[in-house]
Amino acid sequence: MSLLQVNNLGVQFQTPDGLVSAVNGVSFELQAGQTLGIVGESGSGKSQSVLAMMGLLAKNGKATGEALYNGQNLLTMSPKQLNGIRGDRVSMIFQDPMTSLNPYLTVERQMTEVLELHKGMTRREAKKRAISLLEAVRIPEAARRVDMYPHEFSGGMRQRVMIAMALLCEPEILIADEPTTALDVTVQAQILSLLKDLQRDFGTAIVMITHDLGVVAGLCEKVMVMYGGRVMEYGSANDIFYQPSHPYTIGLLGALPRLDHDGSELVSIPGNPPNMANMPKGCPFSERCTHVSELCIGTLPPLAASAANPAVLRACHKAPQELKPSVEVVAHV
Amino acid sequence: MWSYALRRVLMTIPTLLLVITVCYLMLHATPGGPFDTERKVSAAVMANLQAKYHLDLPLWQQYLLYLKSLLQGDLGASFRYADWSVNELVGNALPVSLAIGGGALLLSVIIGVALGIVAALRQNSLIDYFVMLVGNLGSAFPSFVIGPVLILLFAIWLSVLPAGGWNDFDPRYMVLPIALLTFINVSTIGRVMRGSLIEVLNSNFIRTARAKGLPLSTIVFRHALKPALMPVVSVLGPLAISSITSAVVTESVFSLPGLGKLIINGASNRDYTLVLGLVVLVTVFAVILNLLVDLAYAYLDPKIRY
Repeated sequence: MSLLQVNNLGVQFQTPDGLVSAVNGVSFELQAGQTLGIVGESGSGKSQSVLAMMGLLAKNGKATGEALYNGQNLLTMSPKQLNGIRGDRVSMIFQDPMTSLNPYLTVERQMTEVLELHKGMTRREAKKRAISLLEAVRIPEAARRVDMYPHEFSGGMRQRVMIAMALLCEPEILIADEPTTALDVTVQAQILSLLKDLQRDFGTAIVMITHDLGVVAGLCEKVMVMYGGRVMEYGSANDIFYQPSHPYTIGLLGALPRLDHDGSELVSIPGNPPNMANMPKGCPFSERCTHVSELCIGTLPPLAASAANPAVLRACHKAPQELKPSVEVVAHV
Repeated sequence: MWSYALRRVLMTIPTLLLVITVCYLMLHATPGGPFDTERKVSAAVMANLQAKYHLDLPLWQQYLLYLKSLLQGDLGASFRYADWSVNELVGNALPVSLAIGGGALLLSVIIGVALGIVAALRQNSLIDYFVMLVGNLGSAFPSFVIGPVLILLFAIWLSVLPAGGWNDFDPRYMVLPIALLTFINVSTIGRVMRGSLIEVLNSNFIRTARAKGLPLSTIVFRHALKPALMPVVSVLGPLAISSITSAVVTESVFSLPGLGKLIINGASNRDYTLVLGLVVLVTVFAVILNLLVDLAYAYLDPKIRY
């Protein structure tokens, strides 16, 4: 049994404009110690998928399908059961470290409460553990800094505190929702190498949500590409990066700025992401796809094993070889 | 923190002086005087009265004399209540006002914050609508309407409580006025608390707290209460001042011998020293309460340190 098995996950929001489907039919599995990258542009449903698993959807949101953690469905269990798992076995770090820590409580209080709750530690034991975790994420003078408030830390340090907090109970799964987006580039690199080291030391499985393909390439074994709330392509990082077989993935990789590219213009995928309240009937990417056909507009392509490489799942009506010409552009990414 | 508090107290001296001066000049600039009554007083008696209260001296001398006695803690003699000093008048009225106003404030903070929390957690439920309705009634109906209704209900129909008056801190006489002030204050505090808690509960750090698996009670009381109380503290200062010193309507509805009544009587009688004394008192109150509010901010929010 896999550690985390997500089947046909969907997320709907009740809005004044009607029911909006943010995520549709997302399925993946995660083995212990594995790293999965979920890639996609803003509004592709990647964050909402994991928030649904953690029971953190906004009040007007509703999750369907199932997310099995060790066989137990996270989506249907009681709040009490879920509270026993989140923060302990499955923990999460968020995009914005500046606002994700409580500014009214010391770092010590915010860290020790997790251990008091899940591990039944005393405040003193918990504080010791908190300090050692802060040292593990390379916060200098951790023993002194633990008693400080979040506003006394810089952005990168706060994200380290978030990571340390998420790892307190040695979770089996760490969900990182764009953990480096709000940080500057040098700090991003530090945080990523930190996550890599921690995964090596603690053996935690990581679900990394990002729109930064560089992050995925550096960290992830498996990659899931999302667009318009659906999975476009799912496979190993090697397959997705070296033999992308979906027009959207190809477009994404082609849009990466490259050092050896001498043109002055940045490549982009023309058009805009679809409106979630008014999704196209067929493939969500059909409006922007250069290979679009009648079939793509009218019928939703199912997510199925690729003819060229059965290890890769793709949702496209066209055969991989039909998309070949553009693949060459990114062949040596 | 202490040096900050001391600085704040010292900074009130110019404020106080300004308030006293302006008030002094305004009182003396209005036509009429404390001894203008319908019955004519003979010129000789008038001159004697004027001399006794230094009203025959030039204004600046009167002003300096007043300041001098004020420095000695003496608010002067009342012009109208013969044989009473302002200190004695205030000394009698202040405990009444403090008991009613302070009691009401304490109760309304407890009830208001509790109702605000319940309403915020059960947003758009029946309980929420009920709390909001009570809140709106409290702010919509003036106290001179709610007060008599309370008297009608509890004093006349049910005859369980006296309709008004004061009997040396007898709790039975305090229930209705405290209830009235509490009702009005709860409406403000409850609505502010509800709104701010809803906003705080939607913030990112509450999402983090939920992701840590904390139970709702911990999230509300440890993580959300302090930030949600900040706006409540802001309205508490003005609310406290009005509860204690200018509950004029409440005091007349229940005929209480409090400060509000004293202010009205003093102003209409041109009782210069009494009005000035009360102004000084209210200003000192305002200063102390604002200081307390600022210290409460510092206590609640670690980003504010003086």
